[in-house]
Amino acid sequence: MIARAALLASLALATAAVAAPRTPQTAMAPVSDVAVMEGMPRLLSEYAFFTDLREQNPTWQVVPYRLNTPLWSDGADKLRFAYIPEGTQLSADGEGLLGFPVGSALIKTFAFGEGDERRLIETRVLLHRADGWLALPYLWNEEQTDAKLALAGARVEVVTPQGEAISYRVPNKNQCKECHSVDGAVVPIGPKARNLSDQWLAGRYEADTLDALPKVAVRLPLWEARKEATPEAAARAYLDVNCAHCHRPGGSASNSGLDLRWEQDDPVKIGIRKRPVAAGRGSGGLAFSIAPGDPAASIILHRMKSLEPGVAMPELGRSTVDEEGVAAVRAWIEGMDQ
Amino acid sequence: MTRSLFAAIALPALLVATPALADTHMIAPGEGAQERLQEALILAEPGDEIVLEPGRYALSDGLSLDVDGVTLRGAGMQASVLDFSGQQGAGEGLLVTSDNVTLRDFAVENPKGDGIKSKGADNIVYHAIRVTWTRGPDENNGAYGIYPVESTGVLVDASEVSGASDAGIYVGQSSKITVRNSVATDNVAGIEIENSRDAIVEGNFVSRNTGGILVFDLPNLPVMGGGNVLIRNNLVIANDTENFAPAGNIVASVRRGTGVMVMANENVWLQDNLIRGNETAEVMVIAYPLSFDDPDYNPYPRDVVVADNVLGEGGTDPDIEGGEMLVAAFGGKLPPILWDGLEENEERFALLVHPDLTGWTLNLQRQGQRIEEAQPGPLDAPAYGQGWSIEGWGAPEELEARLK
Repeated sequence: MIARAALLASLALATAAVAAPRTPQTAMAPVSDVAVMEGMPRLLSEYAFFTDLREQNPTWQVVPYRLNTPLWSDGADKLRFAYIPEGTQLSADGEGLLGFPVGSALIKTFAFGEGDERRLIETRVLLHRADGWLALPYLWNEEQTDAKLALAGARVEVVTPQGEAISYRVPNKNQCKECHSVDGAVVPIGPKARNLSDQWLAGRYEADTLDALPKVAVRLPLWEARKEATPEAAARAYLDVNCAHCHRPGGSASNSGLDLRWEQDDPVKIGIRKRPVAAGRGSGGLAFSIAPGDPAASIILHRMKSLEPGVAMPELGRSTVDEEGVAAVRAWIEGMDQ
Repeated sequence: MTRSLFAAIALPALLVATPALADTHMIAPGEGAQERLQEALILAEPGDEIVLEPGRYALSDGLSLDVDGVTLRGAGMQASVLDFSGQQGAGEGLLVTSDNVTLRDFAVENPKGDGIKSKGADNIVYHAIRVTWTRGPDENNGAYGIYPVESTGVLVDASEVSGASDAGIYVGQSSKITVRNSVATDNVAGIEIENSRDAIVEGNFVSRNTGGILVFDLPNLPVMGGGNVLIRNNLVIANDTENFAPAGNIVASVRRGTGVMVMANENVWLQDNLIRGNETAEVMVIAYPLSFDDPDYNPYPRDVVVADNVLGEGGTDPDIEGGEMLVAAFGGKLPPILWDGLEENEERFALLVHPDLTGWTLNLQRQGQRIEEAQPGPLDAPAYGQGWSIEGWGAPEELEARLK
């Protein structure tokens, strides 16, 4: 808890630093637009996103952010950053995904361990190029001095915050796209206005790097404060963030007919009394994705609790069970009228 | 410095490059096969060929291909084997998400989920591909062996699948499909065409599954309205394996001893098949039997034609409640064609049958009615008229050209 607070504090500090007047600080090298726009840089350092790579201190052009409800990845700490080139702006699109100008980049570093023990495992970059977004995975070296392009992905032995020793999967380039794909094109997932804080958006607007303040009716709850939200809001936020990048029209799991986006309000589409289609043994012998009032009879929970490839959901990015997520979804299903 | 200069020059050149410069990338089994093969699949350019040298490739994770126009070729379905026995992640052995891909002459063994899935991958060819779960029928096997979905233009040819806990060769939510000259044994469903149109299933050998060839349409899916399916010249023999599908899936309700089963489809034509030794029904035509909530879904079969086929003389050991009594009531053998008696309305026949063929009906009165309420009787189906044009059915010609 203390560690998490410290992390939040350090993020807030970093945010404050970049929210200061945007005068070029000549002591720092600018981000390499060539690296963002061309080729496949072999090393993370080539982008110059950070003044201190190991400490993950971003340059003045790179902004940290957090999501209200984040994607869970075996309990990894995630450090998220956005780079928007000088003289360009993000564009608001209602509650949805912010529009990122060509030339911008999203950077996400996965780490395990606290304080001095913190070990950076991988950094994923999403680069917005003239012909669309490109997703590339970088694997950190043992010395923690740099991360190297790992097109084919990797497996790394790590110990999760829950103390489980696992073989952690760094996705390959195609697997990046499996989640980041709508109608075959790579897109960002996280930075939707409804999953970002008011303050962060206001900060961007005031710094003139966001064209308008998006109007958001209902924000996704802060995950650590989800007890203050309704069980439905917590569960739907969790499913949106962890599942809906594939389980949506145009997504990698569109053929399932299951649509777990926050904005979907058709009960069958979000799984209520929806029969499985191509689940195979993933169904666990159960008849419905969500059986109202009966978590034990709901395929969705069965698959969240499984670790077996072919059964476990999400298919990628998970080698352990997210007990918090399971509890949130279970509470929601339990409270439904049968 | 040198690198960035090179990039600046090379990039425009690449943009105008054509597949005429296609490369061949040789991959050998052994240490690092996972990374080497995956990297080749990522770095391939359209038109390239990736060749799997003979041998067994031990893989720890799923593979994927997302580049158009790539051929992945082995040295034969016995020689080049992608072995997923040690797979730790991903929902399938190989995932293809790009168009105009050719997969040929290799095998996939023991994937934890599906074998080869191609999603939104138009104009794909599977030729001489083998997918095998080596322990035989087992509910812990993956669901589908060869699994094209949401695609236009699918050719599955000379391939072989066994052990799938759902369907061996499954084509879903697709159109312009040919599945031919392939072998499907020891799966729950041998070949399944689901929520798809314009399909030809011909020349296959389908045996020892729970059900041989299934043509289904299911509700609540992005693509519905299955139809225009021609099933001809297949051997559908003794599909007598007990159903080993995990409950909940629609195929878990398929009865042991089902030859060809058509559910909620229109314009399905069966001709010149040899269908025998399927103890519940050589041919079964039914409406979707479960409750559903989807105003756009049509649960009834329409214009299903059982034309000139050679059918077995009838089952003596059907997988139906009260089967023995039924067999006795029909004089020792169940007639080979089974219909549930349901049709959308009187203007369109559900089932039309060659006059020499016999069948029986459950005489159900409404969709969703339980089989326990059936009032079995002999089938009196109308005869069919002229055949239909099948122009535009089956895989596009250009896919054939790739087999040469």
